[in-house]
Amino acid sequence: MSGIPKAHHGAAANAPKSKTDLFVSFTLLALQGFGGVLTVVQRELVDKKQWLTLDEFVEDWAVAQILPGPNVVNLALMLGGRHFGISGALAALSGLLLAPTALVLLLAAAVAGVADTPTAQGMLRGMGAVSAGLIAAVGIKLMGALKNNPMGMLTCMGIGAFTFVAIGLLRLPLAWVLLSLGPLASVWAAHCIKQRATA
Amino acid sequence: MSITLTLADWGSLFLHFISLSLLAVGGAITTAPDIHRYLVDETHWLSDTQFTSSIALAQGAPGPNVMFVALMGWNVGLNAGGGLAAGWSAIALALWGVLITMVGIMIPSCTLTFVATQWAHRNRDMLAVKAFKTGMAPIVIALLIATGWLLTGNHENPAKDWPLWVLTGATTLIVWKTKTHLLILLGFGALLGALGWI
Repeated sequence: MSGIPKAHHGAAANAPKSKTDLFVSFTLLALQGFGGVLTVVQRELVDKKQWLTLDEFVEDWAVAQILPGPNVVNLALMLGGRHFGISGALAALSGLLLAPTALVLLLAAAVAGVADTPTAQGMLRGMGAVSAGLIAAVGIKLMGALKNNPMGMLTCMGIGAFTFVAIGLLRLPLAWVLLSLGPLASVWAAHCIKQRATA
Repeated sequence: MSITLTLADWGSLFLHFISLSLLAVGGAITTAPDIHRYLVDETHWLSDTQFTSSIALAQGAPGPNVMFVALMGWNVGLNAGGGLAAGWSAIALALWGVLITMVGIMIPSCTLTFVATQWAHRNRDMLAVKAFKTGMAPIVIALLIATGWLLTGNHENPAKDWPLWVLTGATTLIVWKTKTHLLILLGFGALLGALGWI
């Protein structure tokens, strides 16, 4: 599946050059990703490497999020698979997992006795607060992609606000929200896409 | 702690993680409560402290959050081998534990993702595929913001925890508006925490 023409709308400027490129890129990406990889993924794949446009990233992220399994792992499988088939998917996946696994195990062995000290706990607390901010910031950045959404910015904001209240404030289970709001939004999106096509 | 695992036990450990894999919608961390029930409460293969520190360490280390599963596999294997003090045989069992748990949690979801997304990409001009991506976009963006919010709101005591909220808010602004390297921000957070200021 290599060499897919970048024909469809707003194509990305670049593409991974090889399976090695995928492996190395995802390894570097994973090693920068403290407290979750998402923020780094957006910066590296969209801003720096430009393998995906912001719109494509949001679309792919939606799929990665709805499928079971770690989101970033799903995204790596999608991106690798799109460019180099199953071996590309495996290259991206192993890049994402191998080095971090080795590192985290070394860390576990090294800090076996230290993890409970107040200093270590304080560091984890500080890094936790920062990574919460990182995740929220990516969400805010991605809102820019909604400008091109056929449903219109206002509807998107409404759906977003609804989701935020349900998950963030009411703490409803994720599955409920995705399974109820998801189909409704998709049906409405289909309606808007059809209207735009005939207009 | 020290435990004994038979071949059948390893088998059921593997099967348990296989069965959890497809339930991990919204990230592997959503399965943590069930892993706790299985490994800590039911089988006693993992101590409560080992469970908690596995999650904390995975959060603090680079890489996807799913690394906490690898750490739990590591600790179960280590327990089965008699702890780090027992030397290489324990480490071999610990690595075996990592393999069992990680392969188990990965295989079903990765297979599904690969097959489904290849199909979706081949049919990307189909209305249903387009509508799904378009409709889901605002939902997943709001989910991210909600996750950031939940991680911040985790600190129950506003009078004592307000510096953490300030740190989270400041980080959000900095990442949104500047190109500051993320490691610098994380390092800064770790430093503030180590000094006991937050």
